[in-house]
Amino acid sequence: MKIKNINVSEILKPTFWKITSVIIVIVGLFSTYFRFTQGLGATTNLQDTVPWGLWIGFDFIGVGLAAAGFTIAATVHIFNMHKYEPLVRPAILTAFLGYSVVVCLLVVDLGRPEHFYHPLYMWNIHSVMFEITWCLICYSTVLLLEFAPVVLEKFNIKAPIKILKAISIPVVIIGVLFSTLHQSSFGSLYLIVPGKLHPLWYSSLLPVHFYVSCIAAGLSMIIFESFLIARGLTKEEGFQNTGLKMNILSGAAFAVLIALIAGLLLKIYDFIDSGKLYLLTIPSTETYLFYLEILLGTIAPIYLLSHKKLRENKKWLYITSICVISGLILNRINVSITGLAASSGVSYFPSFDEISITLMLIVLAIFAFRLVAKNFAVFITEEHEHSVSEKDIAKTKPITIS
Amino acid sequence: MLKEKGILFDVTLCIGCGSCYDACKEANNLPKTSEDFLKDHLSDNTFNVIEQYDDLYARKMCMHCNEPACESVCLVGAITKTSTGAVVYDADKCIGCRYCMQACPHKIPRYEWGTTTPRIRKCNMCAERVSNGLIPACAESCPNEATLYGDMDQLIAIAKRRLQENPDKYYQHIYGLEEAGGGHVLVLSPVPFEQLGYIPELPKESMPEFTKRAMEKIPSVVVGGGIFLGGMYWLTKRKNQIAKEERSKNEN
Ligand code: SF4
Ligand code: SF4
Ligand code: SF4
Repeated sequence: MKIKNINVSEILKPTFWKITSVIIVIVGLFSTYFRFTQGLGATTNLQDTVPWGLWIGFDFIGVGLAAAGFTIAATVHIFNMHKYEPLVRPAILTAFLGYSVVVCLLVVDLGRPEHFYHPLYMWNIHSVMFEITWCLICYSTVLLLEFAPVVLEKFNIKAPIKILKAISIPVVIIGVLFSTLHQSSFGSLYLIVPGKLHPLWYSSLLPVHFYVSCIAAGLSMIIFESFLIARGLTKEEGFQNTGLKMNILSGAAFAVLIALIAGLLLKIYDFIDSGKLYLLTIPSTETYLFYLEILLGTIAPIYLLSHKKLRENKKWLYITSICVISGLILNRINVSITGLAASSGVSYFPSFDEISITLMLIVLAIFAFRLVAKNFAVFITEEHEHSVSEKDIAKTKPITIS
Repeated sequence: MLKEKGILFDVTLCIGCGSCYDACKEANNLPKTSEDFLKDHLSDNTFNVIEQYDDLYARKMCMHCNEPACESVCLVGAITKTSTGAVVYDADKCIGCRYCMQACPHKIPRYEWGTTTPRIRKCNMCAERVSNGLIPACAESCPNEATLYGDMDQLIAIAKRRLQENPDKYYQHIYGLEEAGGGHVLVLSPVPFEQLGYIPELPKESMPEFTKRAMEKIPSVVVGGGIFLGGMYWLTKRKNQIAKEERSKNEN
């Protein structure tokens, strides 16, 4: 396998996005350097009353939005709905990169990053954090196993593919179980702070809320991604099969609708059951944020998606997916930051370094996504999995770096 | 096993002299953080503060909970409860996730934000002194017996007796006995505790209970989920197969 002659002038050709990305990465690297040499106090706005900030909040968002990795894998491999086959690989790649960002941020956020390996052999099984750590490790391994065939295919290494195929169903099942556990456990993290987290968000059902909402948002993320790619990248190498397939996307959108309705009913039940309805009439920043979250992320998308016409309309589906994603982002920030602000008594806004490191990791993840998509058969047609075609361009062409 | 020990702090006896504040600093080798100890607050260099509320003084420190939230959430077990009841911390294990700070119902643990090798900082009930046969520095230094150190059962008995014998002098409640599952620091006061900045309305059950209820469900989720997914796989595959057979039959 040879590396294609790298076309330097092509890589260096300045475009708006290239320049912006390079700047973000360079600034981010500086921030990372400061973070590790100066400590958390000097580079973040975290303090004793706000021990968790943007980085942890973003971890929640990243993990939530990467949920399609397990939902789509389950749909296709467990529920045998092969129509959705083309979404599997992009979803797994998205999940893997999403989790990579999350893990990097977790390490950056640790006060003693050099002790990051301690949870491997120092165990406290009563800690939700412990469970999450192990689920993250195991699920990342599952994602690697699920994506490995794509890489091996390219290099024509057949033997391990056979093994991976043979164990693929148990692997998918294990992946779904680990995902279920840690997606919900991110909510469980807050079960222990009933007095601190605002009652609009605190609930003994937090883990279930987190789980249901990640299903809707993860699928929306894949829909959103499909639109972005179809818009900007279809002409690029490696993105040949990325024309929008509306029947698949609106099918996924229907699943989003069901998850959203389930989430809304759960919220309503929760509010009635724990007698929290009166909170909705108390004017406060939290209440407004809560309304924004529910209207934008749940009610509006439910309305839009429940019309078959809108669900099958490109523009509306695109808008809806953005709504659902924003809803999840708002929700996770509300739980991890704004919902705790009142009890901490100080207002927190992330520092420059916190933001720039986060942005850097996002840019790197997008770059990695493009690189992988260019070199490996990420976007495939429905039949691909079953009739591995030698013609597949991405598979036989040499590695490119740009 | 050592008998469980604790601290009883009586607001009605405290004269706000600051001896315990100074003694705590000295025992823990902590630098000076404030000109006026009454204006100081808990920090990585202050484990014990005295706050003034008009003519009353209230001590704030780690409550050494019976089932500490901080201990239960620490994924590497860096926080442990000793046999005497003190809740202690091991910086060599800590990875610095700061979940303990987030979880503590009394908002006690502080962090060394200023260094690149930060530690969680809080009162450890002078665990080292106690293991050397001494009593905690604050209790030793108190000139007025406002801070007492002793066996938990005795302290509880003393507290109850004081409430009973002087019903007019005390607000009838022992703070810390049941709050968040109770702990090893008890407080008596002449006024309701929220007036002295103690966190009110803490649940009576211990904080780890809240998490336990969810964590308990994990095994059944795994087993149930595994069976469900396996079953669905088998079912849908079978369905597809039958559909395929039907189709080929019809074609024939
Ligand atoms: S008061 Fe807070 S820091 Fe002290 S033992 Fe209880 S939970 Fe831990
Ligand atoms: S910061 Fe350290 S002591 Fe606190 S929970 Fe995390 S690992 Fe445990
Ligand atoms: S030493 Fe005793 S009297 Fe003086 S401030 Fe401390 S508790 Fe109060």
